[in-house]
Amino acid sequence: MWNKRREEEPQRPFVPPASHPPGPVATPAAPSFSEPKKEAAAVSSTPSARFDADARSGMASIGKAVKIVGQIFSKEDLYVDGDLEGTVELLEHKLTVGPNGNIHAGVKAREVVALGTIQGNVEAADKIEIRKDARLVGDIRTARIIIEDGAYFKGSIDIIKPEPARAAAKPLPASAPAAAPPAPASVAAEVKR
Amino acid sequence: MPLPGPLKNFLRGQLGSTAAGGEPARGFRHAAPDDPELVMTRRSRALEEFFLDIRGQSGLTILDLGGASQENVNFITSLGHRLYSEDFLQILRDTFGADDTVDHSNPGRIDYFLRQALDYPDDYFDGVLIWDCLEYLAPALLRAVVSQVGKIARHQSQMLAFFESDDKLERVPCYTFRILELSSLQLTQHGTRPAVQLFNNRGLEKLFADFQSVKFFLTRERLREVLVRV
Repeated sequence: MWNKRREEEPQRPFVPPASHPPGPVATPAAPSFSEPKKEAAAVSSTPSARFDADARSGMASIGKAVKIVGQIFSKEDLYVDGDLEGTVELLEHKLTVGPNGNIHAGVKAREVVALGTIQGNVEAADKIEIRKDARLVGDIRTARIIIEDGAYFKGSIDIIKPEPARAAAKPLPASAPAAAPPAPASVAAEVKR
Repeated sequence: MPLPGPLKNFLRGQLGSTAAGGEPARGFRHAAPDDPELVMTRRSRALEEFFLDIRGQSGLTILDLGGASQENVNFITSLGHRLYSEDFLQILRDTFGADDTVDHSNPGRIDYFLRQALDYPDDYFDGVLIWDCLEYLAPALLRAVVSQVGKIARHQSQMLAFFESDDKLERVPCYTFRILELSSLQLTQHGTRPAVQLFNNRGLEKLFADFQSVKFFLTRERLREVLVRV
């Protein structure tokens, strides 16, 4: 048991006292191994909400106290738990609307997961999930749709076949630099509009 | 022996359920031990005829007034049709309140409700799945809804509706309808509600008098299937 606790402690190399920046609490008279432990305690005081955020790691996030009016173009996954008005485009990525999220916008994304409210037309190239208690008012165009019991949906559903564009786009990177792929995606969106 | 009202309704509601054509209801069960939901599967000849009527065609527009369910979405979109989903009963509750039919004859409220639930261009749909929604409406609202559905449905298209065949019930079950196969429906009962309006065959013929034809599918159980040709 005690050994386990030691394993959980951060393994930090011992730093000689001279290298520490002088601080108001610093007591250079008695440098010891207990010093790093104090720092570890400070780190653990971060809010536990961070663990929730871990599930959304790697995606941009709009918190529930945030309201945005305008256009969002993203080249990474996006989690929206606040208010959003305008348009949202994540052509190659996933949009998640959190339980507090309220989107009043046209949405284009690879994948959409709704736990909150979306009012506007949604184009999801791969799939859309409308979870229990979510509310979606608008027309949907997607390849696959998942609607949980308890979700509210008003609008039309068009099932589209996934575009074979990806297969055709594969040869491009061979002749183009690696940074090229995102650009054609946004160009395609403009052409569609 | 004549039974008192509630017990009679209970027996009609619980034990009287059999599948269409006298077949015993398949898969009749309680959804969960402490959950009042009842789930049963039944054969539906009207549903079969509704879809056989539009077989071989794709890209049609179908309106489902029962709200969105995974099964109905899968079935209708797999046939290549475009599905429009309206949670008719939810909008009804939002507009008039739960179990309140006092305002069902208020012209302003009726107009508002129609704008919320059935605001589509004329001749827009190739088929309308009404399920049992019409039974929740008092006469004035019912007439307005039937008239509006008739407007937004194309000429020669069909509407599928369900009605309780026992017109003496005091409370009627609330169902959700899910399409399992071309001729198979899953009905989930969520408790009961006071009967607003119940119809016999003559009442239904009168209700749909302005349409081309009304076809009844008689079953031995309480739920009558009706196909209306617009």
